[in-house]
Amino acid sequence: MTQQALIEARDLHKYYNVKTGFFQADKSLQALSGASFDLYPGQTLAVVGESGCGKSTLARLLTLIEQPTAGRLSLDGIDLANANNKEVAKQLRQTVQMVFQDPFGSLNPRQKVGDILQEPLIINTKLNASQRREQVLTMMARVGLSDEHFHRYPHMFSGGQRQRIAIARALILKPKIVVLDEPVSALDVSIQAQVLNLLIELQQELGLAYVFISHDLSVVRHIADQVLVMYLGKPVEQGPIEAVFSNPQHPYTQALLSATPQANTQRKRQRIKLTGELPSPLDPPSGCTFHPRCQHATAQCKITTPVMQASVKNADVQVACILANS
Amino acid sequence: MALLEITNLTVEFATAHGALKAVDQVSLSLNAGEIVAIVGESGSGKSVAMLALMGLLPWTATVTADQMSFDGKDLLTMSDKQRRKIIGKDISMIFQEPMTSLNPCFTVGYQISEVLAQHFGGSRRSHKAKVIELLIKVGIPAAEMRLKAYPHQLSGGMSQRVMIAMMIACEPKLLIADEPTTALDVTIQAQILELLVQLQQDNGMALVLITHDMAVVAETADRVMVQYAGQQVEHRPVAELFNNPRHPYTKALLGALPEYAQGKTLNAIPGVVPGQLDRPVGCLFNPRCEHVQELCRQQVPTRSEGILCHFPLALKAPQKADQIIAKEAS
Repeated sequence: MTQQALIEARDLHKYYNVKTGFFQADKSLQALSGASFDLYPGQTLAVVGESGCGKSTLARLLTLIEQPTAGRLSLDGIDLANANNKEVAKQLRQTVQMVFQDPFGSLNPRQKVGDILQEPLIINTKLNASQRREQVLTMMARVGLSDEHFHRYPHMFSGGQRQRIAIARALILKPKIVVLDEPVSALDVSIQAQVLNLLIELQQELGLAYVFISHDLSVVRHIADQVLVMYLGKPVEQGPIEAVFSNPQHPYTQALLSATPQANTQRKRQRIKLTGELPSPLDPPSGCTFHPRCQHATAQCKITTPVMQASVKNADVQVACILANS
Repeated sequence: MALLEITNLTVEFATAHGALKAVDQVSLSLNAGEIVAIVGESGSGKSVAMLALMGLLPWTATVTADQMSFDGKDLLTMSDKQRRKIIGKDISMIFQEPMTSLNPCFTVGYQISEVLAQHFGGSRRSHKAKVIELLIKVGIPAAEMRLKAYPHQLSGGMSQRVMIAMMIACEPKLLIADEPTTALDVTIQAQILELLVQLQQDNGMALVLITHDMAVVAETADRVMVQYAGQQVEHRPVAELFNNPRHPYTKALLGALPEYAQGKTLNAIPGVVPGQLDRPVGCLFNPRCEHVQELCRQQVPTRSEGILCHFPLALKAPQKADQIIAKEAS
């Protein structure tokens, strides 16, 4: 591709120091270890996995809320390591915006919708009041809200409308990248469809790049171009969505897909049972971190740590599993 | 005789703006060993109907029904004291948020043994063996150690298992699960659903599953009841309903799923569920219905073959008004 990638992530790591007790040394919690991907304008990257797999940590790194411990991240062609200049950092923050999961918690209940949407403009631009108002009203119309909603408070809106407000707030600074953290999981199916349609339209119109964090695989399959499957802070499989979902290589991806219920009464599938729960990230299992729950695990899996490499079956897909690649 | 028999259950809340009908003439008959799913959007009265059955609604609610009986006993005329002997023992309910349903101040062992002591007598300690057996049954590893665990020490999936252990402690004949897996990851969701179905098969228990996830319904339920704005709009066996939805709302709900999308655009249902003050005249679904006709805006539909619609669909297509008139005339 000749186009420049909007996000270039290379081997991103994020460790947190966790206190384990007064007399004990701090432990290092590997919230994210080794995520690499490129994201181009107009594309959607889905990040999937169970809670605690590092999806949200990745979102925090991409939105510059936190600095990666190791690895290289460039946004819109600017390497973050060189962005210590305040002006550059401020510019970068405007290119990335975020929409949160819970539209009931992410909007200030004491601010009117108009004020919520104007605030980013007040902080980041030098527009005067009438220009701001005009921009806000255009954006509100774009996400399907009408002019009379300008003076209303968030509690007067339904969940779907609130999520539209949150989307409008994220888009008002004309970002190039939007990080969507479970944007539809708090909504009903019918409203979910309305919001997803809006997101897809906006992407096509504005050429946005989406990082879509979700655990609903049927939604992910619908909206994403690329998918990154994570387990316990590590990417286990990544590639084009159809290639990964129609022929999953990693046992974890297979289990995740088979656990997802489908609205089909005819087909009774054999489910791959995942026993147990996610191990503690403070004390991850040796070798492949998935081995205690994997049905194909061998003695070798407990010793060797698998690395991400192109799958032998499909070179577009990368997978971290010694069995899938042997 | 059916285990649970509810006819024309109506629940009204007294509010500052007058009476709000949260549940409107809902009927449900359930046999032992059956799984019925209640689906619908938020605000469609799914949970309220079941809370009315449990007697857990606040005093602002007025519950009326032609019949509400469980296992041959009339729940309507029963005193609260008598009802409390059945609730928690023969009828149990699992709530949506496992984290908030457990008491954070007491250990898991305490909370489960409390249920047993309450319904079977004896001290809490005398039921310890039974509690361990229950925890093993719901698949909690190191059960004996977990007796002393507090809810905050457990993950979401584990807490939900503890809730299930508590609810099946008295081997209920009817279990009501209100969105039991909404707060959980897919892998844990699969485990919990499997556990519920297995318990239902082992004990011959009847299960009412309240959910808005159509995919979960398709994989677990025998019968489906679709609710819209408090009304029961369609009530049919699961395979028939999924292959040939007859109410336009059911069709729209199924069509909104990403699996059924054609191309990139999903078939969203426009608008939202009507609230207390914006109830439309005629059929409640008419402002959002794609097959709406003039009659729907004027007249309230009557129920026929379990479908509340003037023009039930046949093979996902609306029938012509003259066809229906011809059918009624013959």
